[in-house]
Amino acid sequence: MSVNAPASSRTAGVTLAWRWASYHSEGLPVIPILILLILGFLAIFAEFVAPHNPEVGTLSLRFRPPAWIAGGSSEYLLGTDHIGRDVLSRLIFGARVSMLVGFLAVLFAGFVGTVLGILAGYIGSWVDQVIMRLTDAWLALPALMFAIFLAAIVGPSEFNIVIILGLVYWTRYARVIRGEVLSLKERDFVRLAIVAGCSKWTIMRRHILPNVLNTAIVLATLMLGVVIVTEAALSFLGVGVPPPKPAWGLMLADGKKGLMAGYWWLTVFPGVCIVLMVLAANLLGDWLRVKLDPQLRQL
Amino acid sequence: MRRFVLRRLGYALISLFLLSLTIFLLVRVSGDPTVLLVEPGASRADMDALRAELGLDRPMVVQYVSFVRDVLRGDFGRSFYYRTPVLELYVSRLPNSLLLALTAMAFSLILGIPTGILAAVRVGGWWDSAGKVFALLGLSMPSFWTGLLMILFFSVYLGWLPSSGAGSVLHVLMPAFALGWYFAAAHMRLTRSSMLEVLGSEYVKLARLKGLPEALVIGKHAFKNALIPVLTLAGINLVLMINVAVVVETVFAWPGVGRLLYEGIAFRDFPVVQASVVLGGSMIVVVNVVVDILYAVIDPRIRYER
Repeated sequence: MSVNAPASSRTAGVTLAWRWASYHSEGLPVIPILILLILGFLAIFAEFVAPHNPEVGTLSLRFRPPAWIAGGSSEYLLGTDHIGRDVLSRLIFGARVSMLVGFLAVLFAGFVGTVLGILAGYIGSWVDQVIMRLTDAWLALPALMFAIFLAAIVGPSEFNIVIILGLVYWTRYARVIRGEVLSLKERDFVRLAIVAGCSKWTIMRRHILPNVLNTAIVLATLMLGVVIVTEAALSFLGVGVPPPKPAWGLMLADGKKGLMAGYWWLTVFPGVCIVLMVLAANLLGDWLRVKLDPQLRQL
Repeated sequence: MRRFVLRRLGYALISLFLLSLTIFLLVRVSGDPTVLLVEPGASRADMDALRAELGLDRPMVVQYVSFVRDVLRGDFGRSFYYRTPVLELYVSRLPNSLLLALTAMAFSLILGIPTGILAAVRVGGWWDSAGKVFALLGLSMPSFWTGLLMILFFSVYLGWLPSSGAGSVLHVLMPAFALGWYFAAAHMRLTRSSMLEVLGSEYVKLARLKGLPEALVIGKHAFKNALIPVLTLAGINLVLMINVAVVVETVFAWPGVGRLLYEGIAFRDFPVVQASVVLGGSMIVVVNVVVDILYAVIDPRIRYER
């Protein structure tokens, strides 16, 4: 609890955001969307926005505090890290890594999970059995541990992280989508399509898929936060994004080196970025859930 | 009942089978496992010798059978780094992990249950919104960042608590809180919804009708029943905690099984990584079966499903 005490102004901001989001659930959740838009803008135009090269530092300028503290300079607004790299620039480029990995992983997991969920739900019988037992087995493994295991095998790279996160998280989609398909299957428009002589593939593609897309989008938004935290954790452990790259989880790992000496800015800022992005994704996901998919409200 | 138990056990066996098959195949699909199993810097001849010794020239099916047989015997090979059997290492770390998980669980229940009940009793009120923010923050803050912030505040600035290692009551506090914080949010959410459901039930209405004070209705009648699903989830989460503590254990250098997994990765100690994943996954499968069966014992409706 006391950890949050000094950050009460942030909590108040969140309370406001939450109030706003819950009272205006008809309208757009402005604050989460704004956060994601800003982070997205920084991610795309990182080269133009960042004041310094994120991967090159000046050793003589190491551990400079943020500008508003004695010893800091306006040259390095949020201070420098253990090899003198600009924290702000690394945060900005870090947004690119988090966004890219997050979106691609969610898309990949969504693709695998949706396809398997539709197949399991619509074809049924042994296909259903095989896919659902596989899903159960997959779910038995703690996601983080499974991801670490995979990362340890294939080695660190951004591309591998996307594949790993996709392989770990497709199960959530498969479960929910299958359930959805089971009820869609009994609906009149599907029965009519069968009577009209559509093939199984056509029905799955033309009639089932469009009807589960809303659910998939809601799940994807809610998964975005989970995926970003997992990527940060993997990078923090040294099996995620490889070192010179500026990823937020990696910055936290580097920040730990200066933690005992009290270089708080190396730990606080990357964490705030992660939390902001995850909060925004979760709030947006909650809103979309209510908006797009009434069936998921009690989820 | 017997049919239910048998079917559930059957599913668990299938899960374990797929689990072992997945891990077995992934290790092989990713390339030559000798590269992972051999110590870094080994010569060509060493690798060939190891390949023959491991029987990697045999057909896949034969390899899988012997892999499973070794696992069932508890033979996960020797750690490259510690040069002792991996299972021994794992078991020696388990008490630390249990201590951490139990303390974290205590924190999460102490935080989660009262706030959940208050949120349910005052639905839509100030407590409810505060609870929502708390849950949202809990689920959005990565546990390792919570841990790092705590070190910064309690160890560096205040100097009250040790920042790493194990050995005293003080050592366990911060890692347990960082780990429990996330689960507190989950327990709060479940307590709230479970309490709301119970509060809407007939016997609570009856208790109110016969004029019991609200405190008694909630404390005596609703509380106990609302707690059942929460405690079930807590049971499952306890095992989960042992297995997701990797990052928190790394932050605080806590010598549990998670730290063992991290060291396994850092030192390229592949047998340790593989054993941690197989054992952790199996633990969760087993706990899920036990919970399901206990549920069926308590609630006969579940037995006749499907």
